[in-house]
Amino acid sequence: MLVPIATERASMEDSMRETAAVMAPEGIESAPGGGEGAAGRTRIVGTVGLFDDPQDLVRAAAAVRDAGFRKWDCHTPYPVHGLDRAMGIGSSPIPLICLSAGFVGLGAALLMQWWMSAVDYPVRIGGKPLFSWPAFVPIVFEVFVLFAALATMGSLVHFCRLGRWHSPLHDSGVMAEVTSHRFAVVLEVQDAQYTAERASTVLREAGCRNIRPLVEAEEEGESFL
Amino acid sequence: MSSAGPALLAPPLVEGPIDFRRIDADVNRPLESFPSARWWGAFAVAGLLLVLFAVAATYTVARGIGTWGNNNPVGWAWDITNFVFWIGIGHAGTLISAILFLLRQRWRTAIARFAEAMTVFAVICALQFPLLHLGRPWLALWMLPVPNHNGIWVNFRSPLLWDVFAVSTYGLVSFLFWYTGLLPDLATVRDRAKHGLRKLIYGILSLGWRGSNRSWSHYEKAYLLFAGLSTPLVLSVHSVVSFDFATSVIPGWHTTVFPPYFVAGAIFSGFAMVATLIVLMRRFFHLEHVVTVNHLDVMNRIVVATSLMVGYAYVIEFFIAWYGGVAYERYVFLNRAFGPYAWAYWTMVTCNVLVPQLLWFARIRRSMLLLYPVVILINVGMWFERFVIIVTSLHRDFLPASWDHFTPTWVDVSLFAGSVGLFLTLVLLFCRFLPTVSLAETKGVLAGARPDRHGAREHGGQHA
Repeated sequence: MLVPIATERASMEDSMRETAAVMAPEGIESAPGGGEGAAGRTRIVGTVGLFDDPQDLVRAAAAVRDAGFRKWDCHTPYPVHGLDRAMGIGSSPIPLICLSAGFVGLGAALLMQWWMSAVDYPVRIGGKPLFSWPAFVPIVFEVFVLFAALATMGSLVHFCRLGRWHSPLHDSGVMAEVTSHRFAVVLEVQDAQYTAERASTVLREAGCRNIRPLVEAEEEGESFL
Repeated sequence: MSSAGPALLAPPLVEGPIDFRRIDADVNRPLESFPSARWWGAFAVAGLLLVLFAVAATYTVARGIGTWGNNNPVGWAWDITNFVFWIGIGHAGTLISAILFLLRQRWRTAIARFAEAMTVFAVICALQFPLLHLGRPWLALWMLPVPNHNGIWVNFRSPLLWDVFAVSTYGLVSFLFWYTGLLPDLATVRDRAKHGLRKLIYGILSLGWRGSNRSWSHYEKAYLLFAGLSTPLVLSVHSVVSFDFATSVIPGWHTTVFPPYFVAGAIFSGFAMVATLIVLMRRFFHLEHVVTVNHLDVMNRIVVATSLMVGYAYVIEFFIAWYGGVAYERYVFLNRAFGPYAWAYWTMVTCNVLVPQLLWFARIRRSMLLLYPVVILINVGMWFERFVIIVTSLHRDFLPASWDHFTPTWVDVSLFAGSVGLFLTLVLLFCRFLPTVSLAETKGVLAGARPDRHGAREHGGQHA
């Protein structure tokens, strides 16, 4: 259980404005707060700014984008429209993948039906041509949809990095809020622009009243459990 | 509310003073509390029916399909009736989740999850019947083009094979669509979980969803694509089901009106089934403010509209039988309305065309007590529609010497009642273990949830 951080949230929120200024830079390990005990060692991997109103989030996202950050993200309980533009996210390649897979399915279905009905096992029925393509259209259509749907699901899993259960958001106690009612901007230490000070300055100037460090548990194999 | 046309239902879509946390708490209550006595009672009944299904299915497989009432001219009877009935039930789910999504009808949010789940369960029920009708269900693989030692391939010119592809694709795509919609909500349930095992199970099912906006961006595209793929798919599925009949030479089946007629009937029956279940669900799980009276009102309007389409098909079938001038065709329709199965035909007409006209009255559309008998009767009527189409067309074929009467056996009745049990069991488990209303989508339709609607970034109907 990695929730002790969350139980200490109240005191952390109060002391956050001070803490953020002295937050450890990349790579340097630290055990935030005293009396951690069971929580084990954690390390700071970024800064989280929390919002209660999606409108504030969109404004802050635009500010972070304009500040030149690259490795950052917003976490929201539902898709907030206008946020893609505020974050400067390009359009998803999934539609192209979906369409291509659909056409692969279309070709495969046509080829399969031609080979099986006209080449490998030709049966002449009622004097009709062996490659009677109009009769093959329904299956061609179904296989088009099947391939397109499977490719869409596959690319969704790929692009959203689904199937990775670990996230520092769990360790920081932020996940439960962003899947419920709050909106977060998360800046990561991997970003070239990132320093704890700069991150919290940008967020504060964008109107964020609730800034916390993003911490990651040290132990190997630790999951959201 | 959008440039894509007027919405049937004006906001607010969710009633009462409510915020994001209340939505989570209200919708997740059945998941997070011990089920009520009423739930256990319903589950016991559904479970018993499911046992009945298992018994009848086992008996069918052990003894063969001779245990059914099917006979020589009536080669298809309750089995295919049940198959078409269940597939049709599923279609409303896809209509609500996909077609209404594309049409930007945001009121669908409250009922889409439930209807999609119903689709998946209905397809599961439907698949039981062709599988059992095979007689040897373990050879079901032979329906697919897999290499085999006989060196033969399936017949791609047969509508029955098209059906195999259509229904299996439909089942799979419906499941993916439903599951994609569930991902963010599973993450919410995961993060609300207090118990370790519960957190583990929902955590695994959520595939580690984080609500990241970079993910949402892909997610919304994928969801739109699923909707776009499902829309022609759902129309194709019931069209292909109707081809099973329409491409034959049997009078009463061999007609071009079948594909649209079947699709309209499917939507009609599906909406009636959604209403049947959701009226109970919203009451027992106290979700009257999320699935509002207005939602049922709008659904009932769609029921009336599709009822008229179905009624039109009934009339036009008779007209064409007379106008076409084929003696066999004329006989089949006269026999339908006045022959030995006239009671079934008139039950169908009463339930599907006459009774739904009551829904023209707002008082009935908006009263749970008054609309309930109507939607129940529509469910009955739509089952009879398939029975009438299948059995009355077959039981008196071209040669009077081979005419026969179809009477169901206890196995037929048990399989149908049992499939209802299978369906209800799945629905009850769904209500108990998964959020019955989409949390993420519902949050998105709450007042103040959409910054792009505040005027700062107004882009009309660009976003759904």
